[in-house]
Amino acid sequence: MSEALSAAVREPPPPDGGAVAWLRRNLFSSVPSALATLLLVAGLAWLLPRALDWLALRAVFRPDYDACRALEHRAACWGFVAEKHRLVLFGRYPYSEQWRPLVATLLFVGALAASAHPRAWRRWLLAAWAPVLAAFFLLLRGGALGLSPVDPAEWGGLPLTVVLTAVVVAASIPVGVVLALGRRSAMPLVRGLTTLYIELVRGVPLITVLFVASFLFPLLLPQGLKLDALARVALAMTFFQAAYMAEVVRGGLQALSRGQGEAAEALGLSWWRIQRRVILPQALVLVIPAFVNSLLSTFLDTSLVTVVSIYDLTGALRLALGDPRWREFFLEGYLFVGTLYFACSLAMSRYSHWLERRLARWART
Amino acid sequence: MGEPIIELRRVNKWFGRFHVLRDVDLAVSRGERIVICGPSGSGKSTLIRCVNGLEEHEEGAVVVDGVELTDDHRTVERIRREVGMVFQQFNLFPHLTVLENVTLAPIEVLRMPRAEAEARARDQLARVRVADQAAKFPGQLSGGQQQRVAIARALCMQPRIMLFDEPTSALDPEMVKEVLDAILDLAQQGMTMLVVTHEMGFARSVADRVIFMDHGRIVEQNAPGEFFAHPENERTRDFLAKVLPR
Repeated sequence: MSEALSAAVREPPPPDGGAVAWLRRNLFSSVPSALATLLLVAGLAWLLPRALDWLALRAVFRPDYDACRALEHRAACWGFVAEKHRLVLFGRYPYSEQWRPLVATLLFVGALAASAHPRAWRRWLLAAWAPVLAAFFLLLRGGALGLSPVDPAEWGGLPLTVVLTAVVVAASIPVGVVLALGRRSAMPLVRGLTTLYIELVRGVPLITVLFVASFLFPLLLPQGLKLDALARVALAMTFFQAAYMAEVVRGGLQALSRGQGEAAEALGLSWWRIQRRVILPQALVLVIPAFVNSLLSTFLDTSLVTVVSIYDLTGALRLALGDPRWREFFLEGYLFVGTLYFACSLAMSRYSHWLERRLARWART
Repeated sequence: MGEPIIELRRVNKWFGRFHVLRDVDLAVSRGERIVICGPSGSGKSTLIRCVNGLEEHEEGAVVVDGVELTDDHRTVERIRREVGMVFQQFNLFPHLTVLENVTLAPIEVLRMPRAEAEARARDQLARVRVADQAAKFPGQLSGGQQQRVAIARALCMQPRIMLFDEPTSALDPEMVKEVLDAILDLAQQGMTMLVVTHEMGFARSVADRVIFMDHGRIVEQNAPGEFFAHPENERTRDFLAKVLPR
């Protein structure tokens, strides 16, 4: 005992200092490790200058067709993007009116950013979104306040991708939560039907669902009721994503101990209140990483709507590549669009990391 | 003695084919303090979980404060308002602060205004001596503090009956006493309570009646003096020989 007492409290020993020590520890700790390091460095040394050269140094940035042709693809022709960026970003939306989708998208993204902080998650947030959505669709659709009407069939590009993703994700969360709760219900009929729905939807490719929504569904609607193609596709994608969302949420529900529900039951809380106040707040925080996975795949899946003639960002790019003069510069076009997708995905992913840390501060203690 | 506040009549329950409660009869009068002991798997936790409907009994009747427990959820919720429960694993809600844990049910179930619920919660937290922890999350508290918060959470609903399911079994030894003291304090104020525990010292000093269960049956019950001094049943004697310090 006296021995234990004599060992005084000490600071931990300092780590090995210096860049050389760091290199040795992390990059050259063994022969295979050193080989891998050298190989990768050599690869990068070969690749980076060439990439830089192709992407920027020798590239043509002016919308100058002849200069682009002269490159013979030995460097990028960003002239294509300079020439066609408005078509890619806004699709077939009337050229002179394209400030409207621009303003609408900025408004929408601004509202998204403002709602991103948990402090904004109040009851009024839903109400606050009503005017944002109304303004968004009013700007796009027109036909009021002196704005000329634009048919939804002419909408396209980035605004479509953004709004489709946001609406599908926002609507599929509540549907997914209900499905997940249904799948764990004590009532056999509810459990059976939700399980059937989830398994059925997960067993069908999204592209099939989109075809059904855009070609078959209108035939099934009663006479006189018309839903435009965009709304049908948004609805179909929502119910498609909800099945995946349900499985994500179910994972979180199963991670909680039974004692949580029992303690709430013992206090006299009703089933709905238990889910809303005790179970879901914990389960949903647990599944943020899987949820963001779903979010990103929804975002990227929106590019599939081109198969039913809705010109989202990818679809609008294909419209732009329809110009036979510029068609051969498709690689630059896809790189441009790909960068946009990547930037949005990266932003969502970083946001989710931040949100996870913030919401789970109770779990870190 | 008057009407019993809890009455179990020939209660039977199975888990699959395992007969976990066999013909259990029990009447508890108002203010009575009962300790239930027995080997693990003897059905003692299941028994008290039948009182607030966390487990459904398959045969027999459970009557709490004049209301028979049925599978109608309104009856169950009504009974649960009268019956507080404390669990072995505390089961505090980790995403809520201590204060939010304690005010949740008064606000959601009793529809109490927040300010009133918080005032009541602070009283209860002070009663179990954790008032200074109100703003923390459960994960920041020691086991003993968490269990005392769980007691305060149950008391905040002003129950007439308290159920304790091995309240000290998950605690480090040095924290057992602070939790037992909180329960003792409650017992001295006349709360009706059923306590499943292996703390025989606690049973001896607090209980009006000690019940010994084995294989789903109530094998023996008696006032603690008699129970410990002259156990009648052989299985009781065996059990006591194992758990009592010599």
